[in-house]
Amino acid sequence: MNKEQFLFELKFRLNGLPQSDIDERVLFYSEMIDDRMEDGLSEEEAVAAVGSVDEIVDQIMSEIPLTRIVKEKVKQKQPRKGWEIALLILGFPLWFPLLIAAFAVCFSLYITLWAVLIGIWAADLGLAVGAVAGVLGAIFYVTKTNIMGAIFVAGSAVALAGFAIFMFAGCVALSKAAFILTKKIALGIKTMVIGKGTEV
Amino acid sequence: MDIQLKRGLLDVCVLASIKDEDSYGYKIIKDMKPYLELSESTLYTILKRLENAKMLTVRTAEHEGRLRKYYHITEPGLKRIEEFKEDWKEIMAVYRFISKEDNVNE
Repeated sequence: MNKEQFLFELKFRLNGLPQSDIDERVLFYSEMIDDRMEDGLSEEEAVAAVGSVDEIVDQIMSEIPLTRIVKEKVKQKQPRKGWEIALLILGFPLWFPLLIAAFAVCFSLYITLWAVLIGIWAADLGLAVGAVAGVLGAIFYVTKTNIMGAIFVAGSAVALAGFAIFMFAGCVALSKAAFILTKKIALGIKTMVIGKGTEV
Repeated sequence: MDIQLKRGLLDVCVLASIKDEDSYGYKIIKDMKPYLELSESTLYTILKRLENAKMLTVRTAEHEGRLRKYYHITEPGLKRIEEFKEDWKEIMAVYRFISKEDNVNE
């Protein structure tokens, strides 16, 4: 890839960000490539040394706050046409509830995920509490000289403790997955907002 | 090196690389290379952050028929380096404490 192609692709992929941000980034990478070429690298080598467009875009996306991207989107580049405004206003009773409903559905799905997580953590905690209670129960039976009872309850406690420990690992793994998913969703929303920019 | 530790060091390293004379992007990366590996995107973010914090200023100058940005350290930037050195003295004391524990274990 030569310098021109690289900068063109970078510009294209950053479409949707504030124009001043894009220009500054492109100038920065352009200078970097020129300096590397001055240092004796060929154009292709200099471009390769700067890194792939994918990596650069990913890093920029994860660093830029979502609010900044949305703010840029809200700013209209061209004034809306009269019929567009009329349609927006007339259609308000239709599109607004639909929009709210769509948000509510997405949000509730996300909440469900965390509710399930809280549920399994609670179940795990329940098992652990059961195990502790079993041990106490066993001690109680011993004081009443009911040895059979004590053995039964102690055995149950050990089984519960085993389940609790087994489930704990699963809970941790699922929670981690939920955090990663949250990060991915945030990144996805950002890309979605940016993506719409290229259509306009 | 630990990523958190590296992040804390990078800002000060970039400031140190422009301490004696103004420098430009590629030169900063080259100067730091023996000590810390730094990507272009990371450098951009750091320079932006330091500029916003008023620890450096940027000027554009012509070089070989094209434009190049030069970074100049400010008073707060110099102060940041001094603060870092002070912090480091404390960190070294902790380091000696940690290493001593190691020797005892061996």
